[in-house]
Amino acid sequence: MQIYICVKHVPDSAANITIVEKNRIDENLTFLLNPYDEHAVTEAVRIKDNLPDSEIVAVCLGKDDAEKTLRSAMAMGADRGLLIASDKNHDSIETAQALKAAIEQDGNPGLIFTGKESIDAEGMQTMFRIGALLDLPVATNVVNLDIEAGRAVVDCALSGGTANTYELSLPCVIGAGRGLNTPRYPTFPDVVKSKKKPVKKIAFYDLKIEPSKAGMKIVELEPLLQKREPKEIKGDAGEVAKKILRILKDEARVI
Amino acid sequence: MMKNIGIIIELDNGKIKETNFGMITLARAKDTELFAVVMDADAASVKEDLELFGITKIVEVCLSKDQQANPVVRAKVIINVIKAYNICAVFGLSTATGKDLLPRIAAFLEASLVMDCYAVDLEQNLVKTSQYSGKTIATIKVTGDVLVFGVRPNAVEPVKAQASARIVKLKLDESNLVAKGFRVIKTSEVDESTNINLVEADVIIAGGRGMKNGDNFTILSKCAEKLNAAVGASRVAVDAGWVPYSMQVGQTGEKVSPMVYIACGISGSVQHFAGMKTSGMVIAINTDGNASIMSNCDYYVKADALEIIPELIKHLEND
Ligand SMILES: Cc1cc2nc3c(=O)[nH]c(=O)nc-3n(C[C@H](O)[C@H](O)[C@H](O)COP(=O)(O)OP(=O)(O)OC[C@H]3O[C@@H](n4cnc5c(N)ncnc54)[C@H](O)[C@@H]3O)c2cc1C
Repeated sequence: MQIYICVKHVPDSAANITIVEKNRIDENLTFLLNPYDEHAVTEAVRIKDNLPDSEIVAVCLGKDDAEKTLRSAMAMGADRGLLIASDKNHDSIETAQALKAAIEQDGNPGLIFTGKESIDAEGMQTMFRIGALLDLPVATNVVNLDIEAGRAVVDCALSGGTANTYELSLPCVIGAGRGLNTPRYPTFPDVVKSKKKPVKKIAFYDLKIEPSKAGMKIVELEPLLQKREPKEIKGDAGEVAKKILRILKDEARVI
Repeated sequence: MMKNIGIIIELDNGKIKETNFGMITLARAKDTELFAVVMDADAASVKEDLELFGITKIVEVCLSKDQQANPVVRAKVIINVIKAYNICAVFGLSTATGKDLLPRIAAFLEASLVMDCYAVDLEQNLVKTSQYSGKTIATIKVTGDVLVFGVRPNAVEPVKAQASARIVKLKLDESNLVAKGFRVIKTSEVDESTNINLVEADVIIAGGRGMKNGDNFTILSKCAEKLNAAVGASRVAVDAGWVPYSMQVGQTGEKVSPMVYIACGISGSVQHFAGMKTSGMVIAINTDGNASIMSNCDYYVKADALEIIPELIKHLEND
């Protein structure tokens, strides 16, 4: 089975974000493999352990620099990489179109993974768009996955620790959630080996994506400033408790 | 020209969740007609509540239990509603259910979608949401025939606007509702009586590494019960196995906007803030006066949370 994992090259969550030209961030910072995609790669490797004939292909739409993220995915176990290179930022409609076109051009997906969201744009929709374009069933926030007899049985997490169980025919698209597994971080030899794995580069414009009538364009980015002015609550435990209660009652009005 | 707006109402055991009213408030605009779509109850039972917030049409669809449970079928029902009533914008909640529904609608229609938004301007088609782990606010211009919006629960203050509503029954063409390759095996019922939904809670009391072990979280639960609050946690508390992942607040956990967020033994990392930054009031209890949450909150207590919380419970009990 060919397993495709759509991975995203995203700014390190701890990095400071600087806004330039009103609607972009200064990209001169550390970028990493999107954390949810780590679960997707780990799961693909687990599936390959049971189906050794499988091939795991990591696909990324990004700038040239995104090859690093493909290397991270390969160090974690992907067999090869596919970089759809573009200088521009794309919304999730174009992203899904590009990923779909590149995957179709490359092979025959038995399973397609994404993370349940990217931690930069937090769009939560690319997996559904890929599924709709390929006419495949989709599940997101998947925290348990069993592949059996031509179908996938998945648990999708809801709030409160509960989950719904769905059955999807194969091929299908899976948005990996955090409970899916514990990412297996690469060892030094894994990293060395990943450097020798092949990465094929294709240009976004060569995929000849039809422009969509729908779109989402960021027109402005502003820093989310914190305007809180901390006030200390002093006293012994009893006094503090009383003061908190008063604040909850009179100021916040929640009791 | 009058625009028709669709609003997907989320119910909980047959009752309208409070957080729907903020969403309706957000969707209200000049020259619009608000269509509420109710898939899990008969429209008459929710009519009064919806009228109070300005809904003028309630679309009732009749679904079997199996169809109700299937998010693909639900998405197709909404698409039927969009087509039948010429809807140009659809609002739903960015809850776990909404995250499995709204993107399906947008994907099937190749329509624009912004999840977790908290402001929408339907005249200019501009939407606001946070990006980069809550570090920035993005204003997004959306285009297309149909616009889909996922509204962040609790982010909009509900404002009443009494109207009177008419119930319209939509007859669905079953052949339009097929969920190809997708079958529901089991849906789980959330027991709301014991577990207040984290993303919809008005008050959250959360614990981090400073809680020291899983047992101490029962102290937080006890306090939460008295406050009608939900219990949250930092990733450290989750990774240590003290509490389940579903309780994690933050960038890779739930994004919450309660009226009050009480952080106990949480340092206030960027990733934690990504999930609770939009809270109304933040109260921090931490032994370290230099912890970053102490300079980024409304009230702070420099003390051991394990001494303060039991006192708080005592005072709540005597109240
Ligand atoms: C990609 C990525 C994603 C992440 N996502 C998340 C996320 O979603 N949510 C999240 O929370 N973190 C997340 N993290 C982890 C984050 O970086 C921090 O490690 C984490 O938030 C710290 O948790 P904490 O505040 O409980 O622990 P610490 O930072 O160790 O802080 C513990 C605090 O407790 C105080 N304390 C100790 N004892 C007591 C006591 N008795 N009473 C009162 N105070 C006490 C200490 O002074 C300290 O300030 C993520 C990290 C990465 C890299």
